[in-house]
Amino acid sequence: MPAASSVEEAPPVRARGLVKRYKEVLAVDHIDLNVRAGDVYGFLGPNGAGKTTTLRMALGLITPSEGSVELFGRDPLREGARALDGVAGFVEAPRFYPYMSARKNLELLAALDGDDARSRIPEVLEIVELTPRAKHRVGGFSHGMRQRLGIAAALLRRPRLLMLDEPATGLDPAGMRDMRLLIRRLADEGITVLLSSHQLPEVQELCDRVAIVDSGRVVYEGALADLRRQGGAGYRLRTTDDGRALEIMSARRGISHAQAGEHGLGFQADEADVGSLSLALAHAGVGILALTPELATLEDLFFRLTETAEHEAPPPPAAAAGEEAQLVQAR
Amino acid sequence: MSTVAGAPPVAVAGAHPRRHPSTFTVYRWELRKLISQKRTYMGLGLVIVLPLFFVIFQNVHQRHDRGAENIFASQITQSGLATPVLMLLFLSVFMLPLAAALVAGDVVAAEDGNGTLKTILTRSVNRGQVFAAKTLAAMSYAALAVFLSAAVSTVAGVISWGFHSVTTFSGSVVSAPEGLLLVLASNAVYLIPLMAVVSIGVLLSTVTRNSAAAVVGTLGVVILLVIVAQIPGLEGIKPYLLDEQFENWHGLLRTPTDWAPIIHSAWVCALYAAPALLAGYLVFLRRDVAGG
Repeated sequence: MPAASSVEEAPPVRARGLVKRYKEVLAVDHIDLNVRAGDVYGFLGPNGAGKTTTLRMALGLITPSEGSVELFGRDPLREGARALDGVAGFVEAPRFYPYMSARKNLELLAALDGDDARSRIPEVLEIVELTPRAKHRVGGFSHGMRQRLGIAAALLRRPRLLMLDEPATGLDPAGMRDMRLLIRRLADEGITVLLSSHQLPEVQELCDRVAIVDSGRVVYEGALADLRRQGGAGYRLRTTDDGRALEIMSARRGISHAQAGEHGLGFQADEADVGSLSLALAHAGVGILALTPELATLEDLFFRLTETAEHEAPPPPAAAAGEEAQLVQAR
Repeated sequence: MSTVAGAPPVAVAGAHPRRHPSTFTVYRWELRKLISQKRTYMGLGLVIVLPLFFVIFQNVHQRHDRGAENIFASQITQSGLATPVLMLLFLSVFMLPLAAALVAGDVVAAEDGNGTLKTILTRSVNRGQVFAAKTLAAMSYAALAVFLSAAVSTVAGVISWGFHSVTTFSGSVVSAPEGLLLVLASNAVYLIPLMAVVSIGVLLSTVTRNSAAAVVGTLGVVILLVIVAQIPGLEGIKPYLLDEQFENWHGLLRTPTDWAPIIHSAWVCALYAAPALLAGYLVFLRRDVAGG
């Protein structure tokens, strides 16, 4: 068993070379994950990419075919329930005993959590606003209410790491907004969140670091901001003479993807080239009406990364990309 | 959650080790789960209704010419204590194993199918604790079914025919209080083979992940062994078949008490139960929980 201090210092999630095979199917293919304390970490990928399988391995529900995963330095396979201390969450939809009330379900789970979990039941019910339905059987709950009860059950454990698998799936717009607010609030209170999702706006709004998986492989892991920069530093330009400006841009090195659009000109370049372009335009007597940077959206990048047949690298990495951002080339 | 922003703050745990629950706590909640499910009462209802039906039928169609039948059948109207013995005789071969299989076959598979197994395995309990608690709960249920049946049979029999002395298999007469103790002891001894049935049920529940298959499979094993016992040329293995152990309690109703069948059944049943439980435990420990 690791020493207490090393456990405390260990990252919330550290996966190395995770592989899961189901006979001929390779569900997870050498996945590495690094979730740091305080992260709101988005785990993205299309359906069947291996997200849920990876989370199951992280929680010790299934055994990796190869590789290992540690939660705060502890391997759930070797240390069992002890490895889940400070960890909570759910994989796929949270499941409860339909013949019991919400409160009774939480009492059961609190009993299995030990410590003072039982005393926290009223508080967590209040947080997810299920107090009025606490005595109702879960069998009659809507999907959204079960998701909220899942969050309540997770909070019983006073987690330092919250692992949520598609928490907003099946919720109405108001429910999704409330779920985002709750996750944001929990993150602000110091809980590290690993959020598996394919709700890209949700991830873009909440997460500071992401891993994108496709066909069982990580195609990107790093800061979301770095990814967006890697996606191409795009700019939108409006001038007094867009035709002339387009000619000048097309002739300059360092300017790419220059094209005229409905709302002016679009192009990609790094900051130094944008500076020299503005001087060149001025020198040519073309007035600049507006020059605005445009980062690629997460949705753009997600599709570029996951729909490229050969899993090629996304557009040229910008010089500003952080050192830790890892673009994982297809093997 | 429209007011989440104003909700109370969520306390975050420190890195101190969590105090984990005992296996007894897990077992207690397994019992509570059983109590909360309607299907739990199906098996219990069966073992309550059958003795009542038997007693009512006997009261309506009283026969006194039972000399050639089982000794307890012949004294059914003379002592209420003959009723629980007869009921144990009738129910021990199929109905009580059925009641036991209903829960044992369901105890792991149902949670797997509903997805609640992953819910409890991501709390602060180890798989071994969960398996032990589930097995103990299934065994407790089987024991409850046996003693409930015995209690109902005894009460109904005594109300109908009185609390009188009773004649045992060996022809000796025992007093009513002693007879009552023997009834209790007989049911307790019958639990030995029934626990083996439960163990097989838990194994099948763990391996098949399907409640119906596990329940039917458990009964299938019992029935298969009954059939095997009838195959000519296999008489030699008969004493080692599980269904033969269902009569182990007969030794208690002889004077002097015949302990040999009880001791024999204890180790024969252990040979069925121990590998089943060990295999179930190992499978449960290593299995992938991906259901639900």
